[in-house]
This record gives sequence, C-alpha cells and structure tokens, in this order.
Amino acid sequence: MIAALTPRTIAVAVVIAMLALVPVYAHLVGNLFVLSLFTRIVILAIAAVSLNLIMGFGGMVSFGHAAYIGIGGYVVGILAHEGVRSGFVQWPLAILLSAIFALGIGALSLRTRGVYFIMITLAFAQMIYYVAVALDRYGGDDGLTIYRRSQFAGLVDLANKTVFYYVCLALLLGCVYLVWRLVNSRFGLVIQGSRSNDRRMNAIGFPTFRYRLTAFVIAGAICGLSGALLANHTDFISPAMMHWTRSGDLIVMAVLGGMGSVFGPVLGALALLLLEEALPSVIGLFAVLFTGKDMATAREYWQLILGPMLLLIVLFARGGIDGILAGLRRG
Amino acid sequence: MLLLIEQFLNGLQFGLLLFLLAAGLTLVFGIMDLVNLAHGSLYMLGAYFAATFTALTGSFLLGVVLALAATLVTGMAVEVIAMRRLYGRDHLDHVLGTFGLILFFNELVRLIWGPAGMNVTLPPWLNRSVEILPGVHYSMYRLSIIIVALLVALFLYLVIMRTRIGMLVRAGASNREMTGALGININLLYTFVFGIGAALAGLAGLMQAAILTAQIGMGENILILAFVVIIIGGIGSIRGSFVASIFVGLVDTMGRAFLPQILKAVLSPAAASTMAPALSSMLIYLLMAVVLIVRPAGLFPAAGR
Repeated sequence: MIAALTPRTIAVAVVIAMLALVPVYAHLVGNLFVLSLFTRIVILAIAAVSLNLIMGFGGMVSFGHAAYIGIGGYVVGILAHEGVRSGFVQWPLAILLSAIFALGIGALSLRTRGVYFIMITLAFAQMIYYVAVALDRYGGDDGLTIYRRSQFAGLVDLANKTVFYYVCLALLLGCVYLVWRLVNSRFGLVIQGSRSNDRRMNAIGFPTFRYRLTAFVIAGAICGLSGALLANHTDFISPAMMHWTRSGDLIVMAVLGGMGSVFGPVLGALALLLLEEALPSVIGLFAVLFTGKDMATAREYWQLILGPMLLLIVLFARGGIDGILAGLRRG
Repeated sequence: MLLLIEQFLNGLQFGLLLFLLAAGLTLVFGIMDLVNLAHGSLYMLGAYFAATFTALTGSFLLGVVLALAATLVTGMAVEVIAMRRLYGRDHLDHVLGTFGLILFFNELVRLIWGPAGMNVTLPPWLNRSVEILPGVHYSMYRLSIIIVALLVALFLYLVIMRTRIGMLVRAGASNREMTGALGININLLYTFVFGIGAALAGLAGLMQAAILTAQIGMGENILILAFVVIIIGGIGSIRGSFVASIFVGLVDTMGRAFLPQILKAVLSPAAASTMAPALSSMLIYLLMAVVLIVRPAGLFPAAGR
C-alpha cells in the first residue's frame, strides 16, 4: 500500500475528501453559493469523465458531447412539463435516449477519422441544438422552467441542496469507478489499442469498430445522466445547455485535467470552473493594485486571461494537471 | 418566380461569403495541417476594423482597404506569436489552443469597442437597388459582394495555379517536408499564407457587417458553417471549397425560404410550421452528414494526403 502513495493518489484522495466536505463548509460559513457552484462542478465533471473515456482512451475527439447533456436535460424537462415527475422514469429514460442517439451518431461518425470526426460530431450536435430551438411547445430558444425536481417516491429529496449535492457526488464517483473498470478491462485495452494503431488491432482479429462504437454509446449514456442532473440543478432547460461552446468546455476540462487518467477530468472541471469564478476577483485585485482604483468593469474581462492561459497549457503543460502530478514523483 | 431569383442570388451571395472564409481555413489546414477555430475571430476583427476605419476616414473604400491591411497584419502577428508553436501538434491541441484564442479575441473586442455592436455605413452608390433583369430589382450592395467574391476567387485561382508563390503553396500542401528540404523558407510561406487567410476572413466579415452589424461572437456561427463547407469540399482543396460553399449557401438560403411552403404541401399546417424552422437550420448539417457517410474524405479530396 505504501507504494501507492504517489502525489497522484494523494491528490485524488484529498480532492475526494474536499468534495465530500463542501456542504459542511457551506453550512458553517452560511454560504450556499459555494454549494451550488460545487454541484455544478460535480455534474460537469461527470460529463467530462464520460468524454474522456472516448477522447483520452479511445482517441475519438467528439466536439459534440454537450448534445447528450442537452438530451438528458430535455428528457427530464419535457417529462416534468408533461406531468411525469418520477425520477425512476426520468433518469433511466434520459440515459437510454442519450445512448440511442449516441448509437446513431457514433455508427455514422466513426466511419470518419481525425478532423472529419471532430467536425461531423459537431454537426450532429448542432442538428440536435436546432431541434431544441424549434421545440416551441417546450420554450424553444427561451427554454423551459422545471417546477418540481425529479421525485424518488420520498426516498431522497432532491429539493434539499445538500442531499442533491451528495447524490451528484456519489454518481460522479460511481462513474469514475465504472470508467476505471472499463479502461482496465479487456474491452478498455482494445479501445486503447485501437487508438494507437487501429489497423493492427483489426489485423490481429478485433472488430474495433464495434468496440469503439460501444465506448461511444457508454460515454453518451453517462453524459446523458449528467444532463438529467444539470436540469435538476438549474431547474431549467434551454438549448444553451448544449451550445457548441459547452462541448468545447468539456474538451478543455478533459485536457486541462489530463487525459491519461480516469480522474483527470474531475481535476480539470474543478480547475476550469474555479478559475472562472476566481479570475474576475484576481483581475479586480490587480486593477486595484496598479491603478489604485476599484475598477469593477475590469473584472468582466476574465476571459482575456483565460484564453491565453489555455493556449499556454496546450503549449507547455502536456498531460494537464494529472501529468504534473505524475511528474512530481519522478522529479 | 421573382422571389426565386432573389433567393437564388441571396444564396449565391451567402455561399461566396462562406467561400472567402473557407478558402483561408482550407489553405491553412491543407498547408500547415492546423485546425484554426480562431478564424472566425479574424472575420469579426475585419468587421470591427471596417466599422472604425470607415467612420474615421469618412470614405468607405479607404476604410475597407485599411481594414484589410489591419486584418492581414493581425493575422500575421497571431501566426508568429501563437500559431507557429502549434504546427506539428495533435489536432486536439489545435482545437484547444485556438478555442482559447476565441475567448481572448471576444473579450479584447469587448474591451476596445464595447459590448454594443457597430454599424458599417454604406455609401449611397452602394446603398441602392439595381435592375438586373427587366422588372427585377436587386440590392446593389449584395450584387457587389457577389462580384467582389468572384473576383477574389478568380484571383486566388490565378495566384495558386499560375505564380511561383502559388506553386510553393501547392507544393507545401502535398508534401511539407520535401518542400522544406528543397530550400524553401517554410516559416515565411506559412506566415504569408496565414496572413492571406486572415485578410480573406476579414473581407468576408466587413462585407457581412454592412448587411447585419459587427458584433461579438459573429464569427463563431459562420465559422461552423465554413467548417461544414471545407469538410464537404474535402479539406485542403480550394476548388472543393468553392463548389461546396456555393452549394451550402444555396441549400441554406433556399431551404429557409421555401421549405415551409414545401412542408405545408405535404404535412398539416401545424406540423409544417413547427418542423420547418428546425429542418431548415439542420439542412446543411444533414447534407454534410450524408456527404461524409458516402464519401468520408469529402467531395474533392486534395491529392497526396
């Protein structure tokens, strides 16, 4: 067990412990915004973990992954609007429908490679986005408010923010475990082998298309779950939840955290979303330091810093946060 | 019939606008093997530069020339500072790095020009309609976009097929290492190609800005369309992107104009009015999916790749 105490495993343990204690902290300082922020982080981390299964381990860069967030969210929202409030119906259906869409999209997209694959997944996501925009009955462009969160026959009360947070966290850890088991199974090895050399994998007798498609469907299904959670979290669905920049965000999370590990995207989601919260204050602070005035407007321009930061991460920190952690042991 | 001609010309105009964007994108992709999501930012910058310079100089043409020069210089600067370091990297790195650049440019524009959009005012000689056929009037400005874009396409064709620089560009597209090994200054060629691509994007942006407005994020939606064009046309092929952009422009514009009526003839009016907007927005993505399923490398795959 001592040998397992690398900076990497310590960081994972610390992050999980910290995530578990967030509600305690939030209640102690009476700051419920923190709880809401971390709920969002945990939900998007689920989506990023699912993307990483196909992108990091399968080499399939899907630029339309947010579509499944949208599908999952819309299933919950539409069912709630039509009076079906049971989570036992909503959530499995969200997962199932996402999986079905992933099956169709994957079967067509996986015929292409490289940039063509990136762009065809984006195209499918755009189609689904426009379908959502055209759903006049369910708010169209403006979206739809969900008045009651998913009901679980009185077993868990999702309206309670702390309970909802722990449900999301448990699902995140469950998904990480699932992906970890998948990646280390024979199935996962075939996927990774096909990433390095698809032709060779085919030559030694693996029908890699089927394996890759299965991975694509599993990733879509998990992402659909995160969409169902997100709809419950915001009590609202709109096409914006599957805007193509959201797909970009998910890629950023996976790469930022490190695609080489199952837990990396969780770190990436934490880092990106906390940066989004912190950068405005940091910029505000620098504005005060350098000009002596509190320039409230300067805080708005945080993306001016985030953009080049992403570029620098791409250029100089390959392997993301996880790569840095893994490097600590060697250095 | 009148509507049909007008919508056809609108589609042609939109397609040619897309071509200006797609040409730069496909050149950069074909030669440097770089996926540049920030191409839309250069389109946006072109529009903002034009709005500023036309207002400053009071002359539309002078403003346009200055805006083109400014976009060219910005593009070259971006290439030297950032893009150059991305060549040879994984496509995923390109997507991520240039995604960062989009965020940067959007905020930069907001910092410099403010959150409100800007208008490009047209001079009176452009802001009128002409009689193109007996009894058929069409916007002079849209007509001039068609003419300018066709001239640019012809110019590009001549430069690429008939000049030494064009020969290098073609050589670079089919075999980068060999071109470099033959003693061509690859760095300079890359900066030049990127700058030209930027200027073409800027031209598209400023021409569109006079019809709509220059606004933040204007480059992103049209960028996706430009990507659709180069994917349909086959990445790296200028000819392919020319055909595909006109195709996409026509399908998109005609679809939006006539799909509601066509659907009404087939379906109930209620079903048609809900389906038509979704279907017409999806039409080109559907087209792209079909093309990729039938020909996974586009209609005109560039040779030697």
